[in-house]
Amino acid sequence: MSDARASSGGETGLTALAVRLRGVTKTYDNGVMALGPLDLAVRKGEFVSLLGPSGCGKSTALRLIAGLAAPSSGTVRVSRHEGVAQPGHGIGFVFQEPTLMPWTSVRENVRLPLKLARVPKAEARARVDEALASVGLAEFAAAFPRELSGGMKMRVSLARALVTDPDILLMDEPFAALDEITRFRLNNDLLTLWRDLGKTIIFVTHSVFESVYLSQRVVVMTARPGRIQADVRIETVEPRGEEFRTSAAYADYCRKVSGALAPSYSGQSML
Amino acid sequence: MSAQPSITAKPSAAQRAVRFVLPVIVFAAGLAAWELVVRVKEIPPYVLPAPSAIFLTLINDWAVLSQSLATTLLTTLEGFVAASIGGIALALLFNQSKWVEYSLFPYAVVLQVTPVIAIAPLLLIYLDQQTAVVVCAFIVAFFPVLSNTTLGLSSVDRNLAGLFQLYGASAPQTLRFLKLPSALPYILGGLRIAGGLSLIGAVVAEIAAGTAGAGSGLAYRIAESGYRLNIPRMFAALLLLSLAGIVIYGLLALISHLVLRRWHESALGKES
Repeated sequence: MSDARASSGGETGLTALAVRLRGVTKTYDNGVMALGPLDLAVRKGEFVSLLGPSGCGKSTALRLIAGLAAPSSGTVRVSRHEGVAQPGHGIGFVFQEPTLMPWTSVRENVRLPLKLARVPKAEARARVDEALASVGLAEFAAAFPRELSGGMKMRVSLARALVTDPDILLMDEPFAALDEITRFRLNNDLLTLWRDLGKTIIFVTHSVFESVYLSQRVVVMTARPGRIQADVRIETVEPRGEEFRTSAAYADYCRKVSGALAPSYSGQSML
Repeated sequence: MSAQPSITAKPSAAQRAVRFVLPVIVFAAGLAAWELVVRVKEIPPYVLPAPSAIFLTLINDWAVLSQSLATTLLTTLEGFVAASIGGIALALLFNQSKWVEYSLFPYAVVLQVTPVIAIAPLLLIYLDQQTAVVVCAFIVAFFPVLSNTTLGLSSVDRNLAGLFQLYGASAPQTLRFLKLPSALPYILGGLRIAGGLSLIGAVVAEIAAGTAGAGSGLAYRIAESGYRLNIPRMFAALLLLSLAGIVIYGLLALISHLVLRRWHESALGKES
């Protein structure tokens, strides 16, 4: 329903939209159709989860939005930072693995996007410190990735995505490999960051509970080739916290989203 | 070896001492037995010199031998440096262009699989001896650097490569900040092999040049002493070659450890 509202805005509505996919498909070189056709509109400042079974193309959709891959057909439009010429600066990307450079310190890892954009060292240092502080890792700047726990590495990855102050944060199952307690804590920290920084977040996950807890909208995708099965708006009292996780409304939303997801899985098992 | 738990557990100081002392004892016992056999059986030194005789030769002939050692080491170093630069540069070129890789890689393999001892006489015809010896060392040492660097440059983490692409990294930036650091453990592994191989290449070429050559390296000393039945000097020169090989390997392993110790699995202690 919200999708329909966003679409009605049309081209003029692009100012309010962060990301717009229209009739997007992706076919791999081996002929496998991974995605689409997919229509998706994400408003600025919105927190949207893409939820679907493994291999449904949700990561592919994220890579298309990031510009890491080109769609086979259709258009991908992403609103950019004003005044920033370098591509990619409006976008931060967090991968499923922390994807840190093991040969250098946490500080240098977070500085990478600024270094690639040739931001002067002094300015970069201040921004790196700020980004590390925002994820609670200020005192680990000199550590090497190897010396950190899985959750801390993910925080570094998040700090690196935030250091360019992007408008849009793309997250590809970032907490899937973490234990539950760490994941809950990072979920809460992410919500806090989202509220404080006002970024648009597109969050890929295969966890119903995580998607309902975090997002304003859960976009449920079908099995390959991934299309939109349902678009569920999660409305609750903000800011969310642990009490939402244990509320009846939360359970209802989880049931609803699970119900929307079920056909994707039955379809998959038939293949 | 006998203590199975030591495979996983961190070896204690005593265990480490034992692992150091045992080979030394074996070495000393071997030398003592050798000395004893030579003395009791009164074997003449031109058949088998006693360790003491070899040691004396090492001291008495130090002027000649040290000169030869320096020559061989210089050759080895030149060959090693040429192989390192050549191997890494060619691997970088391969990495930039598949066309270049497809065109040239088979010839690199041919160069590697052709025994250098068979190439050396030809090189000695076309090049002056000093150059030919260095070229031999280069040929032998070049391939492991090339193939390891190629492997390393293509082993870059896919997601990190995506990240560099996302942030609009230029080709030189990607090379400097991503590909080279990723490849570093592989490159260092290649260099470690190349160090020993360039010594072998230098020795092979010196032997091929033989006493006819104007060279004065350790291998030349061995060949020359052989003709003169100066067996103790042959052993002394061999000893120096062996030590040189050990030192080269040790130095490169140390450099590799120092460079990688903070991040790479190969250089991290088992306890972490």
